[in-house]
Order: sequence, then structure tokens, then C-alpha cells
Amino acid sequence: MSAAPEHAPTMARLSVGQRLGPYAPVLLLAAIMAIGHLAIPATSSWLTLTLSGLAMGMMIFIMASGLTLVFGLMDVINFGHGAFVSVGAFVGVSFLLLLEHMSGASSLTLNLTALMVAIVGAMAATGLMGWAFERVIVKPVYGHHLKQILVTMGGLIVVEQLIIVLWGPEEIYITRPESLKGAITFAGAALEKYRLVAVGIGIVVFLAMRWTLRRTKIGLIVRAGVENGEMVMALGYNLRLVFIGVFVAGSALAGLGGVLWGLYQEVVTAHMGNQTMILVFIVVIIGGLGSVEGCFIGALMVGLLQNYVAFLEPKAALISNIALMVAILMWRPMGMIPVVKAK
Amino acid sequence: MSDPILKLEGVFTNIAQYHILQGVDLTVPRGEVTMLLGRNGVGKTTTLRTIIGHWRAHQGRVLLDGTDITGLPTPQIARAGIGFVPEDMGIFADLTVEENMILAAVSGPIDQTRLQWLFTVFPALETFWKKDAGTLSGGQKQMLSIARAMIEERTLYLIDEPTKGLAPAIITTMARAIKELKAQGASILLVEQNFAVAKALGDSANVMDDGRMIWSGRMSELTEDTALQERLMGLSMEAH
Repeated sequence: MSAAPEHAPTMARLSVGQRLGPYAPVLLLAAIMAIGHLAIPATSSWLTLTLSGLAMGMMIFIMASGLTLVFGLMDVINFGHGAFVSVGAFVGVSFLLLLEHMSGASSLTLNLTALMVAIVGAMAATGLMGWAFERVIVKPVYGHHLKQILVTMGGLIVVEQLIIVLWGPEEIYITRPESLKGAITFAGAALEKYRLVAVGIGIVVFLAMRWTLRRTKIGLIVRAGVENGEMVMALGYNLRLVFIGVFVAGSALAGLGGVLWGLYQEVVTAHMGNQTMILVFIVVIIGGLGSVEGCFIGALMVGLLQNYVAFLEPKAALISNIALMVAILMWRPMGMIPVVKAK
Repeated sequence: MSDPILKLEGVFTNIAQYHILQGVDLTVPRGEVTMLLGRNGVGKTTTLRTIIGHWRAHQGRVLLDGTDITGLPTPQIARAGIGFVPEDMGIFADLTVEENMILAAVSGPIDQTRLQWLFTVFPALETFWKKDAGTLSGGQKQMLSIARAMIEERTLYLIDEPTKGLAPAIITTMARAIKELKAQGASILLVEQNFAVAKALGDSANVMDDGRMIWSGRMSELTEDTALQERLMGLSMEAH
């Protein structure tokens, strides 16, 4: 046995900027909240808007997290991701309508059971659909970005039309489960119960994803695969199989996002997934392709900014997130927490 | 000589419109360190990448222990017993040293005895065990890259320029690690530009030029024949 010679690295004191660098995205999120508080005079209004923004952000995160991993792992641009959101919403709403006696009852247990059934049903349906989508639509176009864009957009259109065939062309209005209607009052602010639940679900999903990615071997494979898929395969792991798993999980999460978004808007349409994709792509881009943490922080930023700006200057709400994306890309061209190297 | 662990027979590999390998024949004897030498851009890295399956051989055969592995998917080739250390080291910068090693142990949890042995070969790994691999120095990254390939026993190691750009002290560590691997009975195919290292480690040598193998023989023959070195590579090893 032989030992290596002493190899002492050179230590240099980092500047404040360098030390704060890794925390900059979180600090930026806090800054947006602080600026929002300064700009919105009434604390109660700020609290209401903040909760609304966080709830919106959590739902966007749930929809976007699968997309960012899919892109990071296999360099696949899936413009059809919105299809899973729409299908998830319609399947979830169908379950809720089927279980109206439970969701309309004045029992929290029955309400939550109905919601859970709707969520599990939607996730199962969109997960299965994701598997078929990957096999039939995505697999033939690996490595061809232009073809991926065209074929996945085509897939989205086909799915939207199938929704119209199955559920009809009209939007479906849905009422939330009885216990999730209304608001609670906190510090003079009306906080919608449903938004609190959405925030809770978002936090659970984020923590579960983070735990899976950081504490399990499959999570290690996914993280390593996002960074250097070729090397993961050279170690002996079948990354294609992992990718299918991630695609299915991402589709199921989009389905969950669809249910939550549908209940948030209290209406579902065949095009709702497509409409949310703009926000989803903004979040994926500003978060840094392949980064779940970046996606989470980016989604919260987008949700908060949209709500604050819509309150202060409604006409500017539409462009606020585009402006945020431009500003972040000028600051960090690869997104806030880049994982995937430039290809 | 016993059966070779690896044999390439007339391998052609094209990358886009470029014909990189043009009929490569190569034999890696079992339990030896086989050097793959040649100028930059002659196809050494492509040869390793073709063996591991990153590039597909368009013609010819790659035989591992007598089994044809040509065209098999990379994970299947790796699990057949090949450890690969790429030229760019391929470490996962966002993962810790520990996570890199856990990932490299494909067949299950890390064998603690083997890990302790690796710590004696590369003490820096133990020091930086919980650190992100991206924060390591170049030499430490290279140690991690090789240790990762060594964490489980393999029949063949493909190592691409492990001493490139490293300080002499680290090069000594790398050379020792490769010697220890060989002492354990492993076969190694080593691409190396540092002729002093090649001379010290190599049992046999293969010299490439323009995508073909232009010379194969014992390393000692090459090191002793200055004229041959000049003819094959346009320089003398003694100059290094």
C-alpha cells in the first residue's frame, strides 16, 4: 500500500459577493417579498397577495419540475407538457364530480378523501399517458431539437382535441370541496383556505422531490444524469430507463398541477395546459435547466411578482414575468441555479 | 500468452462525416498495462470511447474476454466488467465525493474494505469526502475519477490520459494507483502522452497514427529503440 504525497490546496478568502453567491436566488426571492411589502401599503393586502403568489408559485412549480428534469436528463424539449396539465385537470374534475356527495359534504375527512381520490386518479392517468407519450412521440426524436418542438406541439394539439371529443368543447366549472371554500382571517388578512392547502401540497412535493434526489440512489442517478449522462451510462446505469421513469413522474406531477390549477381557477378548459406553459417555461429557464431547487425558487418569484404587480399596476402584470426572466438571464445567463452545461 | 482480455478487429468509427478510426486492430493482454500512444488527434480517445460504446463501431468487432460487445449499449458494456476514466474525468461536480463513489458502486453498497484501501492510495478523498466534487483541485478530481473506477473490481480499466496537466507529485500518485490495480490482477488499457509515465507503467505498447495502429509490441522494445520512437511518433522518449 502506498500513500499519496501531502497535497495541500491553496486557500483564499472569498469576497462577500462570492460567499453570498449560492444564496443569491433565495435572497432575491426575499427581496421581492420585501419590496412588495414596501410597495403595498396595507399589510393585510400584502399578506393576502403573498399567500396567493406562493400558492400560484407552488402550482407552477409542481407543473414545471418534471419538465426541467426531462430537459436536464435527456436534452428533450417537451412542448407537449401542457397536455398532461389539461388531462390531469379533466380527470381530477371528473372524479370530483363523480364524488360530489363527498366533496360537497360538510366533513373535512370526506372532502379531503374526495380530493385525494381526484389527485391520485389524475396522477395515474397522466403518468400512464406520459409513458405512452414518451414511447410514441418523444423516443423517435431524441437528439433532434427542432423535431422535438414540432412533434411535441403536435402531440399537445392532438391531446387537446381528444379532450374536446371526450369531455365536450365547453369549459367545465367546478366548485372546491366544501371545507376548502372561504377564508381564514390572520392579522386582518383574508387567507383563502384552498391557497393554504395548495401551498402545503407544494411544500410536500418539493420536500419529497428533494429527499428523493438527495437521499436515494435513483435520485443520485438522476442528478448525475442531468450533469453528465454519458458518464452515468459508462458507470453501468441504463439512463434511458431512468429517463422514462422521470418522464412518467414528471407527467404525473403535471397532472397533479392540473388538478390544483383547475380548482384554483374553478374552471377547466382543454387549452388550460397550453396557457400555463408560458409561465412554466419562464420558471424552467430562470431556475436553470435541470435544477429542481432553481425551479422551486423561480416559480415562487413568478407567482409573487405576478400577484404584486397585478395589484399595483394590473396592465403591467402580463409583462412582469417576462421582465423578470430578462433581468435574471442578464444576471445569470444559464439561470439562477444552472445544472446542465451549455450544449 | 494467455487469452487477451480485449481484442479489436478492424474497427472503423465515423463521427458525423469524419472517419476517425480506420481499421484499428488492438490486443490487450490479460493482467497487463497496455499503453495506447500517438500524437494528438490520431484516434486514441475515440478508440476508448468506441470500446465503452459511446461511439458505435461502423465496421469490425470488439471482443471482451472472447464475447462480442460491438454495438451493445454502454451500460451493458460497463456491467460486463469495464471501468472507464474519461479524458475530462467525468466527475459529477454537483455531487459530493461520497455521492460520486456511492454512484460508482453499481452492484450495491460500497465495500468498506476496498474503500479503506482507496483511502490509503488517495488520502485526499477521505479528507474531502463530504465536499462537492466541483470544489476539488484538478489533481483531486483526477484521483476521484480513478478511484471511482476502482471502487468495484473490474476485469478491464480504460484510462484516458490520467496525468494530463497534473503536478509531478500527483502524477506519482496516479502511477502508484495504476501499479496497485495491476498488482490486483486487473488489465489496463492506458492512453498516455507522458512518455516517462508510459515507460514506467507499460508492459506492452500500441502506437496509433491517422486512425490506424501502426506499431504493436513490448514497451521495452519501444523504449530501447530511439530510432523506432522517432519513426513512429516523430520524437524520442529520451527527450522526455
